Amino acid sequence: MKENIEKGAMQRIASFKHTHFGSVKSKPATIIKMIKKLCIFILAISLVGCSKSDRSNMENENQHALNDVISTSHKGSIIITGSTSVEKILNGMIEEFTAIYPNITIDYVGSGSSAGITDTKSGINNIGTASRAIKSTEEDGYLKSVVFAYDGIAVIVNPENESVNSITTEQLVDIYTGRITNWQEVGGENTPIFVISREESSGTRTAFEEIVDLSESGGLTNHAAISEGNGTVQAGVAGNPNAIGYVSFSYINESVKTLTVNGIEPSVNKTKSGEYPLARPYVFCYYDEYVTDVGAAFLEFALSEDGQEIVYDYGGIQVK
Amino acid sequence: MILKDNAVESNKGSYRISTEYLKSNMRRDIITKIIEFLFFLCALVGVVSLIAIIGFVFYKGLSPFIGKNAYSIKEFLTGTRWAPSEGLYGIFYMIVGSVMSTIGAIIVGVPLGILTAVYIAELANKRVAMIMKSTVELLAGIPSILYGAFGLGIIVPFLMRISPRVQGQSMFAVIIILTIMILPTIISLSESAMRAVPRAYYAASMGLGASKMQTIFKVMIPAAKSGILQATILGIGRAIGETMAVMMIAGNPTGGLPSSIWSMIRPLTTNIAMEMSYASGRQSDMLFATGVVLFIFIMIINFTMLKIVRKDS
Repeated sequence: MKENIEKGAMQRIASFKHTHFGSVKSKPATIIKMIKKLCIFILAISLVGCSKSDRSNMENENQHALNDVISTSHKGSIIITGSTSVEKILNGMIEEFTAIYPNITIDYVGSGSSAGITDTKSGINNIGTASRAIKSTEEDGYLKSVVFAYDGIAVIVNPENESVNSITTEQLVDIYTGRITNWQEVGGENTPIFVISREESSGTRTAFEEIVDLSESGGLTNHAAISEGNGTVQAGVAGNPNAIGYVSFSYINESVKTLTVNGIEPSVNKTKSGEYPLARPYVFCYYDEYVTDVGAAFLEFALSEDGQEIVYDYGGIQVK
Repeated sequence: MILKDNAVESNKGSYRISTEYLKSNMRRDIITKIIEFLFFLCALVGVVSLIAIIGFVFYKGLSPFIGKNAYSIKEFLTGTRWAPSEGLYGIFYMIVGSVMSTIGAIIVGVPLGILTAVYIAELANKRVAMIMKSTVELLAGIPSILYGAFGLGIIVPFLMRISPRVQGQSMFAVIIILTIMILPTIISLSESAMRAVPRAYYAASMGLGASKMQTIFKVMIPAAKSGILQATILGIGRAIGETMAVMMIAGNPTGGLPSSIWSMIRPLTTNIAMEMSYASGRQSDMLFATGVVLFIFIMIINFTMLKIVRKDS
């Protein structure tokens, strides 16, 4: 009975691999893997250059952090599917993880948060990811979830805009759909609002529009300027006293002023506590039976200091 | 009989000499052929690249308009809102923005460039001309991202102060930056066209009692006309194809026809550059379709250029 279930799961994984990776894509993937292996090889050679005591120290550290789950020569492969927003962080983590465990392969397929959770439930993946909390309708008593990062978006205005310090999500929707066009309507001076948004399908824009549900209200106004990248939005807001924009938390500095959203200031603590509205958790979900020792090691790595460093590198908020 | 033999022998001798001669000649010919073939291969790289790029862009760019679930070409070319998440792909407002800003840059840049070329070629003394020429050449070598940074840091804030609109990102900012960017092309090409005019024209005009200005504007510039026209067309090509600098200062709205010089625009090139890295599926194909439109513009410009050159020769 158990064998049958496992067989079924394996077949599904195999067919999933076939449909999602196809025969055409597998060639560049192997080339990339070869390049990766080459990089690791070069890294290994360069490590020989370190003094002996250094090297043994480094090895000890690595082993101390990860060796209680599996050894570095462990073989195996897992599949992770889910949110496209976490794809960059996950790929960064996978790269680091497979550098430590060269015989393990991890495939990530960005298919969307809901798809990631359904895939886990139907046994297609070992671990699913979502860029939102697991809904109560998705819980079944056995599904486990762990938050490995947060994504926070700050609403910024020019520091010269002294009279506006707070905004509500409803006002944000009205501003970004073009129903509110003057600062007076949100408690500011009688000047027009210069709306700055991000390019279509940027991670930050997708998150922003999903959280405030912009498409329900008619989508982005034609009068919004589109800037490429968080940095350009920040520069645009810093350069125009009437501008409003939104950026990742890591792009907040003294050249722009952040607004409180629904009365709550954008801070890492308020994001972790779930109070700040323009934020969302990045979640892993899995079943204990199907996560495998490789998956468990990966989850541990993701929450370790090294894994959290990668979260930070890609603009996320660390959980620890 | 003896005579005959001799004749044969002497014939053989001359035959031997000629084969040796032929052999060395043949070796040389073969080497030449090989080298020629190498050159041909080198020349082929450019041609093959062009064909590959055309094939790729057209194949990807025309696919969303063919088959089931096709997008209407009419809606694509006349639509004024680009919102892939809503399934809207209209690029008419981008075409208008691109064409208007290019025309603007040409209207300002061409006279400015020609007058600079006249000054360098005819009026300035040698040292000043040298300094000016190398400055212009340096201007041509500045990476376009730096033009964009300059535009965002200096021009946009300045325009924001004098603009009736709330923002400085506008068609006007784009025109200013494009003008600066096409200047080197126009100046250096018009200058060499002016220098190529036979000196006798100048001498004859001056000898007939014309003033220096009359000579320049009535004789030299008309004689260099086709070179100046070529410079203009190359300038148009550069202006319409410029991406990076323009992206930072155009505003790039998701829709709406530009109503004045202060309106934000979204040039065709920036549309592709901004979204290509994220896009997949239909959105990606539509970006290639934008590329096809851009390509057609560039081809029209190049054919006009070829016509002018041919007419000239």
